Amino acid sequence: MKIPSNIVTLIAGITLTLISLWYGQNHGLMPIAASAEAAEVDGLFNLMMTIATGLFLLVEGVIIYSVIKFRRKEGDTTDGPPIEGNVPLEIVWTAIPTVIVFILAIYSFEVYNTLGGLDPMASHDHLASHNHHEMVAMDEGNSQLIAMNGEKVALGLGQSPYLEESSPLNVNVNGIQYAWIFTYPDTGIVSGELHVPVDRPVQLNMSGGDVLHAFWLPEFRIKQDVIPGRESQLTFTPTKVGQYPVICAELCGAYHGGMKTTLTVHSAEDYQQWLQDNTIAQTPNSEQLAVNSEQ
Amino acid sequence: MEQVHPQRKWQDYFSFSTDHKVIGVQYLVTAFFFYFVGGALAEAMRVELSTPDPDFVQPEFYNQLMTMHGSIMLFLWILPAGAAFANYLIPLMIGAEDMAFPRLNAVAFWIIPPGGIFFLSSFFVGAPQAGWTSYPPLSLVSGQWGEEIWILSVLLLGTSSILGAINFVTTILRMRIPDMDIHSMPLFCWSMLATSALILLGTPVLAAALILLSFDLIAGTAFFNPAGGGDPIVYQHMFWFYSHPAVYIMVLPFFGVISEVLPVHARKPIFGYRAIAYSSLAISFLGLIVWAHHMFTSGTPGWLRMFFMATTMIIAVPTGIKVFSWCATLWGGKLNLNSALLFGIGFLSSFLIGGLSGVMVASVPFDIHVHDTYFVVAHFHYVLFGGAVFGLFAAVYHWFPKMSGKMVNETLGRIHFVMTFIGFNLTFLPMHPLGLQGMNRRIALYDPKFQALNELVSIGSYLLALSTFPFIINIVWSVFKGKPAPRNPWRALTLEWQTASPPIIENFEEEPVLWAGPYDYGIDTESIDGDEEVEDMLAEVAGNT
Repeated sequence: MKIPSNIVTLIAGITLTLISLWYGQNHGLMPIAASAEAAEVDGLFNLMMTIATGLFLLVEGVIIYSVIKFRRKEGDTTDGPPIEGNVPLEIVWTAIPTVIVFILAIYSFEVYNTLGGLDPMASHDHLASHNHHEMVAMDEGNSQLIAMNGEKVALGLGQSPYLEESSPLNVNVNGIQYAWIFTYPDTGIVSGELHVPVDRPVQLNMSGGDVLHAFWLPEFRIKQDVIPGRESQLTFTPTKVGQYPVICAELCGAYHGGMKTTLTVHSAEDYQQWLQDNTIAQTPNSEQLAVNSEQ
Repeated sequence: MEQVHPQRKWQDYFSFSTDHKVIGVQYLVTAFFFYFVGGALAEAMRVELSTPDPDFVQPEFYNQLMTMHGSIMLFLWILPAGAAFANYLIPLMIGAEDMAFPRLNAVAFWIIPPGGIFFLSSFFVGAPQAGWTSYPPLSLVSGQWGEEIWILSVLLLGTSSILGAINFVTTILRMRIPDMDIHSMPLFCWSMLATSALILLGTPVLAAALILLSFDLIAGTAFFNPAGGGDPIVYQHMFWFYSHPAVYIMVLPFFGVISEVLPVHARKPIFGYRAIAYSSLAISFLGLIVWAHHMFTSGTPGWLRMFFMATTMIIAVPTGIKVFSWCATLWGGKLNLNSALLFGIGFLSSFLIGGLSGVMVASVPFDIHVHDTYFVVAHFHYVLFGGAVFGLFAAVYHWFPKMSGKMVNETLGRIHFVMTFIGFNLTFLPMHPLGLQGMNRRIALYDPKFQALNELVSIGSYLLALSTFPFIINIVWSVFKGKPAPRNPWRALTLEWQTASPPIIENFEEEPVLWAGPYDYGIDTESIDGDEEVEDMLAEVAGNT
């Protein structure tokens, strides 16, 4: 009796593992990933789905098995076996979740770092050092000093440490009830929709005027609150040409659900075309702005 | 003993009674009243959301419904319902005559009905519409009087909660019968200790935040208003310092309930008494240092997000210990699948999903995607409905015979369970993919590509609404026409079953005798039948007098 039940357990365990591994990769729950960072988040989510599926099947399996197998027979008033605990078993089910969350925490940390989450301050300082030459010599690690020098500590996602240095496309984002306004400091373009070229890092410098908003790009898996009086930022590198929703995710009033617009990722040529079309349409002092930005 | 024990009259339940059992029932009935109010608001929201356009109610009114639904369900349904069972059960379980401070107990309860009515009255001046979180600056600019009523009501209800918690802690620590040491008291008492600690440490911080918010709102100060140099992020920290522990305040009492219900109906000792008891304390402690995981996309620097991710994930360990221990309690037992155990098992299987998605949203990179989406709505309903409310119904079916002296109708109870379980999963399971795909929460109008799943969710919610009817019919019918309940219909070992059903005033004829641990099922069953054992002991107790 002992050996067959062990084999049944083994087979059940293997089946459960296989189903979890398969479902973790094929759940199809996420929208398309339009950036390299989004694919990183999806990899993390897939691992969490795999573990969750395994635990779900295990626990629900035990519950369903118990309900079927251990039902009280009619008229049976005796009690079950007086098992009050099992120390080795309890150690196992304490240790395994501990190891799982340890792995998930480290993996999440890695992904967050890849997203640039641990670096919005440094990348902000980096930007600042371009704008203000006196900052160049400053120790990059000494962020507190820089903050004391009147620079604001930005919140959100900065440049990924794994990307080679490339000058990001800066776009200023202003969130107001119930619209997003995008300003391109290099060209002076002001737009209600966000247009960016493919394969070039984009840095959004976000500020708000009235209440809290949150800038969310579901296809890029990134979100950051826009807080009045504080600056926040998001950095991402689109890899797929297309149109994607931009959504406000923080309750901002009655028409919160209507506060959305479109992000268009262009090919490099199309983006130049869009820039040209819109630069001409804008005010004459856009030339002046272009000169300023070269300085 | 020489007199016939007087029973409570129905008028007592409408009076300032200091009897903990009366107060417990008052809490429970009041909580259920607000459950139906909050549920009706939720159904109105689901009618609105069955189409993408805002066509059933005005968007402003939708936000009022959403704010009131959340606040009512948390402050006037689950919190008082947890307090109801704590009031009713703690003195009975530890063999005491009443709570430590009976009059304080009555005061704590009598704050709730006026507080709740005052809260509902905000609909007449334009209910609050900034969500139950009331984040400034939105809460400062969307209807002054509705918001002020919200603040004052929550302050009142928080005061009631603190007064209750003081009573629970004192009663549990000081009033146990002499034989009952802390490791032989029922696990429900452990979970109420953990709950009360959180109430006492967290609620004052919320009160401080709300008082400052009130000054911003009424007096034009700028503690949190960026227009005057204030910081809205500080409000979020103070709010969540209470409101994350509040989730545990709402669910821990029902962890305790499950630890009581499962062993009785599975006829097995609880698996790992000490592990369950101490994991409640661990959850309580860790629950105090995870609050900023609600702010992973807010004004929090990267390192802070990492710290709160780590603490939040660790909570999965004590919670996992509980879930595995409960499963092991069922394993090998003799399950009597009555309504109480069905809801207990429903709790286990639903709460599991909330726990698994909880670990997911603890992960910062993933939470950045799903924060403020329907994925989070799904997650916390699996914890608070799948966890707390299923546990609550298990408690109602388990202790109804004790409270009313009548048995419930098991058939109606099972119909209630099946409808609730299907309706609940149909309502909240599809919210996971909705959120992942890009549907944000707190919106009256949404992208038409989400319509199909939203229709499914709305249908599920209608089923959930219908599922309350067999319950109400069952309870009303049983109170008046139910079969009389014996003192111990479940052959349970905790002390509340050693007295009459319903218990007499001041609970026990004689000081109850602790002749077995609370979960000593199956011990020495060869020689003595469990039922006879109880009868023998009771006869012995009666004979001694």
